[in-house]
Amino acid sequence: MPVYTLQINGKQQKADVAADTPLLWVLRDHLHLVGAKYGCGIAQCGACTVHMNGNAVKSCILPVSSIKAAAITTIEGLSENGDHPLQTAWNEVDVPQCGYCQAGQIMTAAALLKRKPHPAEDEIDNAMHGNICRCGAYHRIREAVKLASTKI
Amino acid sequence: MSKTLTTSRRDFLKFTSITGGGLLLGFSWFSAEAEEGAIINKVPLNATKGFNSYLSISTDGTITIFSPNPELGQNIMTSFPMIVAEELEAEWTKVKVVQAPLDTKSFERQVTGGSGAVPHSWKRLRTAGATAKYMLMQAAAKRWSVPIEECTAGNGFIIHSASGKKLGYGELADEAAGLPVPTDVKLKDRKDFKIIGTAVTNVANKNIVTGKPLFGIDFYREGMLHAMIQRPESFGQKIKSADTAAAKAMPGITDVVVFKNNVAVVGKSTWEVNKARKLLKIIYENEAALESTADHDNQFKSLLDTGTPVVRRKNGDVDAAFKNAAKIIKSEYQCPFLAHAPLEPMNFFAHVRPDGVELVGPTQTPGSACTATSKLLNIPEEKITLEITRLGGGFGRRLKFDYVVEAAELSSIIKAPVKVIWTREDDMTGGSYRPAVRYRFEAALDRTGKLVGYKCRGVGINAGNPTREDNFPSGAVEHLLIDSVEHKSPITTGPWRAPITNFLGFAEQAFLDEVAEAAGKDPIQFRLDLLLNARQAPAGAIKYNIDRMEKVIKMVAEKSNWGKDKAGVHMGFSVYFSHQSYVAQVCEVMMEAGKPVVKKIYVVSDCGQVINISGARQQVMGGIVDGLGHAMYGKLSFKNGAAEQKNFNTYRLIRMKEIPEIETHFIDNGIDPTGLGEPALPPTGGAVANAIYKATGKRLRDQPFIDSDVFKKA
Repeated sequence: MPVYTLQINGKQQKADVAADTPLLWVLRDHLHLVGAKYGCGIAQCGACTVHMNGNAVKSCILPVSSIKAAAITTIEGLSENGDHPLQTAWNEVDVPQCGYCQAGQIMTAAALLKRKPHPAEDEIDNAMHGNICRCGAYHRIREAVKLASTKI
Repeated sequence: MSKTLTTSRRDFLKFTSITGGGLLLGFSWFSAEAEEGAIINKVPLNATKGFNSYLSISTDGTITIFSPNPELGQNIMTSFPMIVAEELEAEWTKVKVVQAPLDTKSFERQVTGGSGAVPHSWKRLRTAGATAKYMLMQAAAKRWSVPIEECTAGNGFIIHSASGKKLGYGELADEAAGLPVPTDVKLKDRKDFKIIGTAVTNVANKNIVTGKPLFGIDFYREGMLHAMIQRPESFGQKIKSADTAAAKAMPGITDVVVFKNNVAVVGKSTWEVNKARKLLKIIYENEAALESTADHDNQFKSLLDTGTPVVRRKNGDVDAAFKNAAKIIKSEYQCPFLAHAPLEPMNFFAHVRPDGVELVGPTQTPGSACTATSKLLNIPEEKITLEITRLGGGFGRRLKFDYVVEAAELSSIIKAPVKVIWTREDDMTGGSYRPAVRYRFEAALDRTGKLVGYKCRGVGINAGNPTREDNFPSGAVEHLLIDSVEHKSPITTGPWRAPITNFLGFAEQAFLDEVAEAAGKDPIQFRLDLLLNARQAPAGAIKYNIDRMEKVIKMVAEKSNWGKDKAGVHMGFSVYFSHQSYVAQVCEVMMEAGKPVVKKIYVVSDCGQVINISGARQQVMGGIVDGLGHAMYGKLSFKNGAAEQKNFNTYRLIRMKEIPEIETHFIDNGIDPTGLGEPALPPTGGAVANAIYKATGKRLRDQPFIDSDVFKKA
């Protein structure tokens, strides 16, 4: 199997995996970065969302061979001390219920705020449309994105 | 409302000489079946019987509570310690909660389900806190040689105001541990609550938002293998033959094993296993009829007329009431199967060794999972450990432990530590489902428009009793018959958040709206009239609280300005009683581009004393979003025994754009807490359907609503 050299959270990481292995499983099984979650495997739920060169991507369908030198950021690398404005807003608004989808929600929101620091409500809804929260915490997810946007 | 609970030593067990010193109390939450208490020296937690949680105060002042119940988003890991901290007068930031492992020797009801955790544990948790506080006060009084009555507790300190002396709990913990456990303690008056009822953020937030490995699927053990299991595509099939050679030859694959109706592919990584699994060539044969949704539709219709019903409740003379009725209303309502679809799919780690079994993962019923594993492998339960991880949702799916036992069986066959994970497709096609049910409701009105006769028959597929025979309007109608018919099927079903009532709540509340209209009455006034009838002339036993139901109805009417015209806004009402709580909702619908859109839901909940207002609002709002989402879009159909929706591209779940504004209110009545994880869900479909009727003139009787003409393009 080929060895891939990946740029993950600012560090070089090597993975000896088949070319079609989705980034999600490289992260989870090989690099033990389990913040990105498996939910559907077909890019429908967004639990696996990470950043590739600053854009939100669904890592469950992203073959490792396609990544090359792109910079990957996972929830573990979003901030040094877990204090990205979204992470603190998530606590302040008390968003999580079961919590399983939240890393993906935050990564999607982080890419949005990078692109558009002060999004309107419908822009938040559109950006977050690909992320399912099975517990139905959508009101607070939206509120936390708004709160974070005031602190960026 | 000051109370003194008589707490015998049977309820508490004190340990001394814990590691690092301090006070450790074992206490019972659910019953007082513990053996006679005693002070025990240097014992491990699991060497004692009958106590289902532990409260420890270490010498540095840290307060730790072992929480036995699995956490799946109902937030008990936050609300439980809040209750203890309140009575203990602890400083909230010094309270830590630790998920306890399965401990069948010590714990009595290590289950999450039935919205029961807080109601069951409320008094025990309070008493535990109050007991520890009393012992700390005793220790301080002794040290200062003052009467205990002169000491007070606050914010983690015992204070003697007269002398200005003050000692932290940590400083007193060792001494407190040497004192006898008090036999009765006084609980706080609720007007003095400082923590209970406030908004406290989830204790797991930091770990969740930084992606820490909390969930079963995140579990990793050096040297463990990964596995996926191919189960039959259709319910009613069994394996005839399996050609596993191609899968076995794939890189990273260590084993392919056939057991029962399963073919397990085991290997070094999830992706390698997933790829190899696709090369399995399995031939199935039928061992039962392969059922389809179209067959079920026909069976429902015929069984409603020809099935042999089980009578669930009967009052008065129903036949005569319908014979003499001035008006009869009859309607049928039907729901499809639903998958639970917790976002974390089923998974479990198992390591069956010669000397015992280690199980790790997400389960709502660790005790039953352990017992079943013990029976299957013929290994005594004492040799099985089960570590409970955080659950990425449950919704009832993880009350079943099929996936735990399966992992254990696989590990015993391959003689290796293994984590079995289900793909989403496995979860949707081979899981267990909310049963499909069809209801027929009939109502008889007299000349004045009074409801005098009521019938409800439910026909369900593996639904057990699909009625809630003692729920409103039972007791409020003189002549009433509730019965049910069951169709047995190979399709596995199970409890789904707010079992049965998740659909029955809608069906009944939508039907009562039809009856109110036929009676020429306002829907809310119609319910209030029925409740008055239940109060004045109860027909049989009344198993709900009339006052509590009336109050939520009246408050939601007031909050929503019910009966006052708002331009373009159409309102629907619903109320439901479940898990001992009462929830009333008013939904506002507006027409946009010729289609109804749910804009807002007002909700009033009576769950007794709210523990954490932030968590309580979450449960209510989440319950409504869940109820709305599945009423609108939820549908799992079968063709030849196989689920037709296999993933979220065809099984539609509600998304952010589709949520209405939700305005939450709680009744503050100070009664002991009742359930909240489920009760907000059942009324939602009814409020929505009744508002859509007002907006469109079309009654929605089947779910999902999205299949109705009102949502089709004009």
